Amino acid sequence: MNLAYTPEEEEFRARLRKWLGEALPTLPPPPDPTDWPGRRAYDLGWQRMLHDAGYADVHWDAPPGIRLVYLEETERAGAPYVGANFVGLLHAGPTIAAEGTEEQRARWLPPILRGEEVWCQGFSEPGAGSDLASLRTRAWRDGDHYVVSGSKIWTSHAEVADWCELLVRTDPDAPKHRGITWLALRMDAPGVTVRPLRTLAGSTEFAEVFLDEVRVPVAHRVGAENDGWRVTMVTLSFERGTAFAGEVVACRRVLRELAAEARANGRWDDPALRRGLGRLNAEFRALWRLIQWNVSEADAGGVPGVGGSVFKLRYSHARQDLYDTAADVLGPDALDLGRGWVLDRLSSLSYTIAAGTSQIQRNIVAERILGLPKGR
Amino acid sequence: MRFRLTGEQRALRAGMRELLERRFDADALRAARDAPRLDRALWRELGEAGFFALRLPEADGGVGLGLPEAVLLFEEAGRALLPGPLVATHLAAGTVPGAATGETVVTAVDGALVEWLDEADVVRGATAGALPLRSVDPLTPLHRLRDAPPAPPDPLAVLLTAAEQLGTATRACELAAQHARTREQFGQPVGAFQAVKHLCADLLVRAETARAAVYAAAVTGDMADIAAARLLADEAAVRGARGCLQVHGGMGFTWECEVHLHLKRAWTRAQRGGGGTQSEERLAADLLV
Repeated sequence: MNLAYTPEEEEFRARLRKWLGEALPTLPPPPDPTDWPGRRAYDLGWQRMLHDAGYADVHWDAPPGIRLVYLEETERAGAPYVGANFVGLLHAGPTIAAEGTEEQRARWLPPILRGEEVWCQGFSEPGAGSDLASLRTRAWRDGDHYVVSGSKIWTSHAEVADWCELLVRTDPDAPKHRGITWLALRMDAPGVTVRPLRTLAGSTEFAEVFLDEVRVPVAHRVGAENDGWRVTMVTLSFERGTAFAGEVVACRRVLRELAAEARANGRWDDPALRRGLGRLNAEFRALWRLIQWNVSEADAGGVPGVGGSVFKLRYSHARQDLYDTAADVLGPDALDLGRGWVLDRLSSLSYTIAAGTSQIQRNIVAERILGLPKGR
Repeated sequence: MRFRLTGEQRALRAGMRELLERRFDADALRAARDAPRLDRALWRELGEAGFFALRLPEADGGVGLGLPEAVLLFEEAGRALLPGPLVATHLAAGTVPGAATGETVVTAVDGALVEWLDEADVVRGATAGALPLRSVDPLTPLHRLRDAPPAPPDPLAVLLTAAEQLGTATRACELAAQHARTREQFGQPVGAFQAVKHLCADLLVRAETARAAVYAAAVTGDMADIAAARLLADEAAVRGARGCLQVHGGMGFTWECEVHLHLKRAWTRAQRGGGGTQSEERLAADLLV
């Protein structure tokens, strides 16, 4: 067990820190959260800077230790988040890299890395959430095209995406996991309609996507017809190892800010609140170690494994506890949307739902790690 | 950064597990439960295996290993519910003659409590006026001290106790999952019901989070890391044993089933080092640094 970073990792850190110090002051001011074209331009611009400095593919090809250092340093420096590039860099891209043809990789991967194209994810449907494999968006073969009809939901960045990684049903008679196909859909194709959805935080973070006889070239299929479930699962666990590493660093910073605020407003003298902050300190220290553990195991075994589910379960609840505690620190100001942390408290509510609810994660942990039988 | 067990560490852990399965099996546990005596022969065998001398330099007759290895062995001891003042004797090795070899059993005053006072050969700390308790844990005889002056806990004792708690958390999760896989009701294993399944999953999540914290604290030796390890390990052990008891249903409430022994030991260990409040305050203060 060794928690010290290697000389190569420390060298990478020093080089990255130096570059961030030079690059971040040249960034334009961040756009208004409601300005979607502005957000797209800002996120792509940042990705372009990363690309030109040689950091574009750190999520793909770098050893996990390097990836962790990257996430630590970019968070510490206050660098922009992956934002609109999330699906391209962390899901669609790795899927195409693993399962696409040479031609497909050459077409789609460089624009993701250079910050030229945005991808979104068309997986969930109104009738297929936790039970994703029951999805019903249909695709029929018509010559060298598929004709796609149906609807998708919870699609982040749909308004500004160029491409959508889409799961469709190509064989309705096969068992549900075996009749699904993975397609790359152009978002400006005729028949695609995007309707933004307003979240409980009042903003439009994602959208519904309606598909009415949209034509998708067969050449835009990744993997074999009806093999889309496997194609998707190859990379679904990819993000779980380190996806939240930057957020855990950020949570630890928020915790220190909460302590300072509590000291300033006198609530620090409440032992229950103070000790609750102490417990959260323990919690986020442990979560950071759990990431290091999972990353090291993945590095040794080659696959992220189910450790990601253990982490995701614990982290999503810890994040909610953190912002509930923030409300305790704020007191009456916790009801003021203009105060810091209040919107974060609202958005933290999605963490136990998105990317596999806590209930689904518990099924995964119990069945795949503890060997408990399936059945409800 | 390579935060996983080395081959040597795995072998060390496996050796300890094998020793305990051979020398302290289910029958021995039951016997100890009903007549809590220290098994001096086992104690010496632990000494020979290097359990107490683990961290002493080889030049002084020790094994020359570090805190991470000690934590792995204490985790196994906790998992097996091995009785005795293991932490105090381990920490006395090199100071108290005979402690390193397991010939001298050492206990220590810990706040207002002393474990195994009557059986220990050496007691560290003042025990004037110590009165025996009817200990809630049948495997840990306790004495209570009134008016004991407050003393800051030894961080190493806190960490090794956290390792024992981790062992309990892991064992509780294993026992719960084993029962959930085999016990049938309504025509299926109870572990097929999500209400039971999710309870078991929570035990694993707590144990694995505590594991990351305990192992990391053993590597860094950092005071705040040790405090964090302690809080998470106490939680994982106490709530783990509670959950395990619940999964066992009526059987879990019996004297015969071993689950209550894990819970009672977890409660006992959670009192060590002044309880968790000190660790919470330590970690709160750390946020202002």
